[in-house]
Amino acid sequence: MSATEVRPARAGAEPARRRRPELPSSVLGLVGLIAFAALLELLPRTGIVSADYFPPFSEMVRALVEAAGTDRFWAATAETVQAWGIGLGIALLAGIGLGLLIGSVEVLRRFTASTIEFLRPVPSVALIPLAVLLLGLGLQSTLLLVVYASFWQILIQVIYGVQDVDPVARETARSYHLGRWARVRYLIWPTALPYVMTGVRLGAAVALILAVTAGLVGIGTGLGAEIALAQSSNAVPLVYGLVIFTGLLGVVVNLAARVLERRTLAWHSSVRADVGG
Amino acid sequence: MNPVLRWGRTLGYALTLPVVLVTLWWVWSADSTSYYAPPLQTILTTFGDVWFSERLRADVLPSVTRLLIGYTGAVVVGVGLGVLLGANRTLRRVTEPVLEFFRAIPPPALIPILFLFAGIGDTAKVIVIISGAVWPVLLNTVEGVRAVDDVLSDTSRSYGVTGLARLRHLVLPAASPQIVAGMRQALSISIILMVISEMFASTNGLGFSVIQFQRSFAIPEMWSGILLLGLLGFVLSLLFQLFERRTLRWYHGLRRSQRGEN
Repeated sequence: MSATEVRPARAGAEPARRRRPELPSSVLGLVGLIAFAALLELLPRTGIVSADYFPPFSEMVRALVEAAGTDRFWAATAETVQAWGIGLGIALLAGIGLGLLIGSVEVLRRFTASTIEFLRPVPSVALIPLAVLLLGLGLQSTLLLVVYASFWQILIQVIYGVQDVDPVARETARSYHLGRWARVRYLIWPTALPYVMTGVRLGAAVALILAVTAGLVGIGTGLGAEIALAQSSNAVPLVYGLVIFTGLLGVVVNLAARVLERRTLAWHSSVRADVGG
Repeated sequence: MNPVLRWGRTLGYALTLPVVLVTLWWVWSADSTSYYAPPLQTILTTFGDVWFSERLRADVLPSVTRLLIGYTGAVVVGVGLGVLLGANRTLRRVTEPVLEFFRAIPPPALIPILFLFAGIGDTAKVIVIISGAVWPVLLNTVEGVRAVDDVLSDTSRSYGVTGLARLRHLVLPAASPQIVAGMRQALSISIILMVISEMFASTNGLGFSVIQFQRSFAIPEMWSGILLLGLLGFVLSLLFQLFERRTLRWYHGLRRSQRGEN
């Protein structure tokens, strides 16, 4: 079993040497984005790639803006976000609950370890045909995939987190006769929290992937289904526009998860270290 | 404790729950008349008939080959670019938002676009896998290279360790825990993309077969396909753990000693 992924992210501070006046990251990043957009515009315009398959950036944006004027687009977005939110919520509740239980009861952990290690890598998309047969097309099938994919990410992190309790702190808690709940509240939960947050971050990203995928393969509605529809009706710029939009949605999800991580872990050294750098 | 006893105990812990679950499934489904949930016995017999046949060569092999080529491609490209970006501060800051955007795109959404470009052949599917799986490797490598220990870095510079030697003996080992973590995420994304790209448009492969079985209501065959996909995921993750244990032995040892567990 590994500990690398589970370790809470630790952003190292930049070395301070060779300081010379330089542009802030935001400006450089913006330059990068503009250069990238310009590249997307120029490649088809100069005929390096065929505009049939790769419309100029401006046309992708125009198709997206046009789509954004329709109710259909926002309904699809709402459906994707809904499947994502409900699925992630269920996975969080189940993952944290079971994770705390399994992680803190040695016997449970030993008996479940092999089963978890077997079920976790089962690709959730393998369940697609089963979901279609048992639950039909629609939200329930989508949810099955979303929950399955994000649940294991969260569960594993929580189990690792609970086991990471500092031996000295554990002995101290025992010496002070902390009760079961006090131990969970003041010892286990704070130790596990950074791992839980890593789990939330990974789970949120995976949940969005599956929420979109379900639409793409035709078992759910939402943005994935819109992309598939645009592709089959050969609306190439719209396909690109929608993909860009799902990417932006993904960026929002990632950023939100990171902000949440920082907020809840403001006291933790892995986050505090960033402040100075 | 007696080593034999210890082994027995470990084995007992590992096998009890799976055996109980499979037995329950077997017993409950034994006289199942439900069309969608055939008896486990039927599924297992079908498994042998379906997959140890022509399909092994015609569907399983192409899928696994595409998966391995795509995954290897993603790792090579990701580590290569990651080392480049991680070592160059300005380049990294210029490209960061673009890369973050690409990582945030749900990889399967790229499938329709890439199929526009490259048709629905093997190349297209390999490209799909690379384009989805490369981001966690790339961004983790950048992060790992960036966070190389300052003292180590200065020391190796003082000793004149530069160029390839620096890459091989300092940068890559120091970044390897991060790189391996990225590679693990990339592996599960690769499997998802292998299956989805075959479900979306294909003429062979595991994902294609499973969806065909479902559409033609070949239920036991479908179950056996799901079982096979599950096994594939499990075996690959097992192989990955072996790989990780070998490459990161020093790191796990270091972590253990830092935490004061001998």
